[in-house]
Amino acid sequence: MAFELEFEKPLLELERQISQMRRLAEERKLDVHDEIVPLEQKLGQLRVEIYGKLTPMQRVHVARHPRRPYTLDYIRNVFTDFVELRGDRLFRDDPAMVGGWARLHDRPVVVIGQQKGRDTKENLHRNFGMAHPEGYRKALRLMHMAERFHVPVITLIDTPGAYPGLGAEERGQAEAIARNLEEMAALKTIFVAAVIGEGGSGGALALGLADRVLMMENAIYSVISPEGCAAILWNDASLRERAADALRLTAYDLLDLGLIDEIVPEPPGGAHADPAAAQRNLGKALEQSIKHLESMKPEDLLHARWDKFLAMGKLAEA
Amino acid sequence: MAWFRKERKHSRSSRERLEIPADAWEKCAGCGHVGIRGQFDRNLQVCPECGHHRRISAGQYIEILTDPGSFTELYADLRSEDVLGFEGYADRIAIAQRKAGPQDAVITGFARMTEIEIDLAVMQFAFMGGSMGSVVGEKIARLARRSLEEHVPLVIVSTSGGARMQEGVLSLMQMAKTSVMIARLHEQGIPFISILTDPTTGGVSASFAMQGDVNIAEPGAVIGFAGPRVIKQTIGQDLPDGFQTAEFLLERGMVDIVVPRSELAATTARLLRMMLRREPQTVD
Repeated sequence: MAFELEFEKPLLELERQISQMRRLAEERKLDVHDEIVPLEQKLGQLRVEIYGKLTPMQRVHVARHPRRPYTLDYIRNVFTDFVELRGDRLFRDDPAMVGGWARLHDRPVVVIGQQKGRDTKENLHRNFGMAHPEGYRKALRLMHMAERFHVPVITLIDTPGAYPGLGAEERGQAEAIARNLEEMAALKTIFVAAVIGEGGSGGALALGLADRVLMMENAIYSVISPEGCAAILWNDASLRERAADALRLTAYDLLDLGLIDEIVPEPPGGAHADPAAAQRNLGKALEQSIKHLESMKPEDLLHARWDKFLAMGKLAEA
Repeated sequence: MAWFRKERKHSRSSRERLEIPADAWEKCAGCGHVGIRGQFDRNLQVCPECGHHRRISAGQYIEILTDPGSFTELYADLRSEDVLGFEGYADRIAIAQRKAGPQDAVITGFARMTEIEIDLAVMQFAFMGGSMGSVVGEKIARLARRSLEEHVPLVIVSTSGGARMQEGVLSLMQMAKTSVMIARLHEQGIPFISILTDPTTGGVSASFAMQGDVNIAEPGAVIGFAGPRVIKQTIGQDLPDGFQTAEFLLERGMVDIVVPRSELAATTARLLRMMLRREPQTVD
């Protein structure tokens, strides 16, 4: 059975009605144009209505939607000329992290991101988009390559988090993330990050210390999953709605808090309803960001990146 | 059956029994050794039998690491705020302040360490598990900026469960903020020595605590990215003995050196003297 979100049921029901009518019309050679047009209008309105008032937890579901475009979908459709490069040159290739050379509207760039799987088999291969240290080290290797050739780095962030397993700990998950943070803070090339789905904690930030940080409208970015937060604070993972509200993890929250630079609009009904539109929007936003950064003096770039992250935080002075 | 029962003679020592209050004894959590509290106190809370390092406060580290009376506290007036309106956070802050003092999960300042000027930050686990929120991030960043401007080496003693989730993504971004400053110290060749104590995990181990020019760990300290509980849940089995301890990390190449508490100051100072091209300390 296809994956359905509870709050999307009215939409899916309407979609079914429309496609049924179309099929019927074709079979019996009927003209149903007059019947379909109002239904489609209604569908469009309903999408705007439902997606206009998503709760934070509903957004979490949209961000995790199994038909949402993933990193490689964006790479294949927004970029051209992609040449995937694999391995960290230290231990192995981590399929949860992908990256390589590509062109964004003819401009050569290095693009990197976590990759989730569409089905169980692919998810096991991709480890559900949860990278091991070698994934972060591969990402860093590619960032340094971009720096060497003076091309922009673009990262696409989509991960539940860095993998918390035996091998990951043994090979230094904390060290790998810490090193990426430090190296990104010193990276001497244009750097744009986009959270396209789940921005899961340190595993997401390990690709995110960028000149400009974008977020897709229905993406989330959080210090901990709502389930994890509810389990720790209230001993009950089912209280995730409450946790999702409290964590302030939507793109709008992050923009309010001054933690991201821009929200990339998604089509009504979310990126999974119209992946092509989402991809077009992200392509445009990335292009604009890079153009803007290219207009800055290279020596100012790094200082601006530092100042941006140094200003983050809210506190009081007694 | 009574023929093999022997009347027990209660041996009574000729000496008078010492009246020792119950709380004078302490038991080592590592080996079960029971000793007089003073024995642990004199030994910097390290078990004299097995070397188990108990957790100690920030104040005790400052005492152990710095020349007497040389520590001057900075940024002591920064306070955590419940900016997100996170359920229960305001109360948690108030309780932690009563328990561990008002300076939040890190104490920062400058001091001398065997006569070398240092900037020193010491985290306190007693303040909400040493979690890093905006205040911890800001204090570390300000101290590192002082190191950068005054050309003073930076020493940070870490102990933390990770980012403070009650501050949401603001706390996550403190990893980025502190990393920016450490990157700038590295660029300028200003020494940064990171001392990792029990426990150091999550957002702190995945940022400044692992970014030292030298990463020093205390014996037996649990250091890792994910906490042992989370890993157990993920893999569905118990962790091997000694997993994520300082010694384990040393073997796997993640820390430079494991140093017992009593030698932390001396080892750190020796390294700093060489990094700063100073003469070795003369011993009288």
